[in-house]
Amino acid sequence: MQKFNSLKSIPAYLLIVNIDTDMIIPKQFLKTIKRTGLGKNLFFEMRYDDNGKEIEDFILNTEPYRNSKILIAGKNFGCGSSREHAPWALLDFGITCVISSSYADIFYSNCFKNGILPIILEEKKIKELLEYSKRKEEISIDLEGEKIIYGNNELKFNIDPFKKKCLLEGLDDIALSLEKSKKITSFEKYLKDKKPWIFND
Amino acid sequence: MPFTLYDKIWNEHLVHKQDDGTALLFVDRHLIHEVTSPQAFEGLRNSSRKVRQPKLTLAVVDHNVPTTDRSKGIDDEDSRIQIETLDKNCKEFGIQLFGVKDKRQGIVHIVGPEQGFTQPGTVIVCGDSHTATHGAFGSLAFGIGTSEVEHVLATQTLVQKKAKNFRINVNGKLAVGVTSKDVVLQIIGQIGTAGGTGYVIEYAGSLIIDLSVEQRMTICNMTIEGGARAGLIAPDEKIFNYLKDRPMSPKNDNWNKAVNYWSTLKTDSDAEFDKEISLTAEDIVPMVTWGTSPQDVVSIEGKVPNPENETDIDRKNSIERSLKYMGLEPNVAVKNIKIDTVFIGSCTNGRIEDLREAAQILKDKKKAPHVRAMVVPGSGLVKEQAEQEGLDKIFINSGFEWREPGCSMCLAMNADKLKPQERCASTSNRNFEGRQGRGGRTHLVSPGMAAAAAIAGNLDDVRKYQN
Ligand code: SF4
Repeated sequence: MQKFNSLKSIPAYLLIVNIDTDMIIPKQFLKTIKRTGLGKNLFFEMRYDDNGKEIEDFILNTEPYRNSKILIAGKNFGCGSSREHAPWALLDFGITCVISSSYADIFYSNCFKNGILPIILEEKKIKELLEYSKRKEEISIDLEGEKIIYGNNELKFNIDPFKKKCLLEGLDDIALSLEKSKKITSFEKYLKDKKPWIFND
Repeated sequence: MPFTLYDKIWNEHLVHKQDDGTALLFVDRHLIHEVTSPQAFEGLRNSSRKVRQPKLTLAVVDHNVPTTDRSKGIDDEDSRIQIETLDKNCKEFGIQLFGVKDKRQGIVHIVGPEQGFTQPGTVIVCGDSHTATHGAFGSLAFGIGTSEVEHVLATQTLVQKKAKNFRINVNGKLAVGVTSKDVVLQIIGQIGTAGGTGYVIEYAGSLIIDLSVEQRMTICNMTIEGGARAGLIAPDEKIFNYLKDRPMSPKNDNWNKAVNYWSTLKTDSDAEFDKEISLTAEDIVPMVTWGTSPQDVVSIEGKVPNPENETDIDRKNSIERSLKYMGLEPNVAVKNIKIDTVFIGSCTNGRIEDLREAAQILKDKKKAPHVRAMVVPGSGLVKEQAEQEGLDKIFINSGFEWREPGCSMCLAMNADKLKPQERCASTSNRNFEGRQGRGGRTHLVSPGMAAAAAIAGNLDDVRKYQN
């Protein structure tokens, strides 16, 4: 996984609430067996018209937001399906940080597995940030220091320390869990003994 | 210390507690399908890892399969590649697969219970959000992403943070024509799509106990639409009877041991919940959704809301957006909404009892001439059972198409789709924009309500059509 360092970008914003994973990446693009190449179809239905032409006033179709690496979004972002294609599409487009007041559970955890930082901020602070963003100026994300820097201001955010560490170091979850292999083996022994039906023995 | 059912299952699966408050949880049952697994297998191969417990994983194809005759193969190339990839991966890693031609093939959340793979007290995961369905058996069942699928394949565990406890009590009896689908729509309408975020919901109360196993699955299935991690119901005799003699259920001596254990799976009477609400079954009427979120519910006697009556600005905007997408005017009686399509199926309502409920309404009646209607049984075995009972004849005589099993128009990944602006009464679980096809408009309803809508040609009250 790509390490998450500090990030600087002009943030794009999509202030719709309950943006679901079907909106982020519609199902016709789930027929892939790869993780890459989904960026061009990110927010497909809002981004293109029936003839596949870009819809002019959709924010990610306008300058400078085509190159945004940060997305500010309405609450309950990423609700709906468990598809990891949603973070893959964001990542492939170039977005590595989302800012919202809340996220759906599975989407939130999927972000971390892909080096995307989902920041949770109170609505009030999001409004502040948004006002600033309309100036089309860069903001910075400092994950180490858990703050967003815009102009001469700072906004603090909180993040689970373990998740932060994984992002900063680009750690592979599976390797970490495999270090506990012995514990897993002894758990399996206990299961075989106490609940033999689990293994259908 | 008193524990909830969720606490108990959680504690029983702790492999390791980590310093940061997360835990490594053992996974007893892993279900996979063609859409969310290819990248997980690719990851395993890239890092030369094996599947730790191939026998604890079961694979099916469902999301992408055509529901028309597939004996001659699958035309759509991308779908075919995904399906072939699953086949290849299962062979390479030694996982049992119910492929397209297997009679046991069907929607993953219907196949698991049907085979007895789903069992009380287990942790069940699947790369699909509706995994919550299996909670009806008193298992902790939840959806995961593809990276987590890979994690489970490689380690048979998952890193999880414990959720909070939320209990929803439903007491009383349902009126004729009201089903568990209406109950869960009512619940989501009440708590909202984020109302359950951060919680595991336990459903309890006299109504829940009265419900059949299949009706319980419908409720747990839609728990995810309320944002909760999982939904569960304490297992009882009904569950044990349902599981007895299923192909993958415990056998012989193991059966007795299992039932002994399963019988202990209950929330302690003095356990505390972080949140609790109660509903009265008698107050619940047939429900429909009017908008593009499962929380946009209204009773069949109700009206489409008026955004002007909303004080919350976010809510007002979202109602306006939904109404525009749905092509609806404020204040219209929902009964007057004309429909083009009826879809009966999905992991919410594609089981035998659902088909019986719809067939009961449709018997000796015809669908309205302008309506296109289809039934997609949840699995090959559901289809077979329905045909033995003659339900297929009832549907066909009413003018429905009788299809092969799969997810079908629940998410429109195969050829079964709505056209732009087409309006559908659907027994599935999501009415998101574009869910059933780009520009398509979905109204979520129970199977009986879907049948009533097919006959009337508009959304209608199932209680008028009781045979
Ligand atoms: S029927 Fe629908 S909700 Fe259920 S697993 Fe298939 S696509 Fe998902």
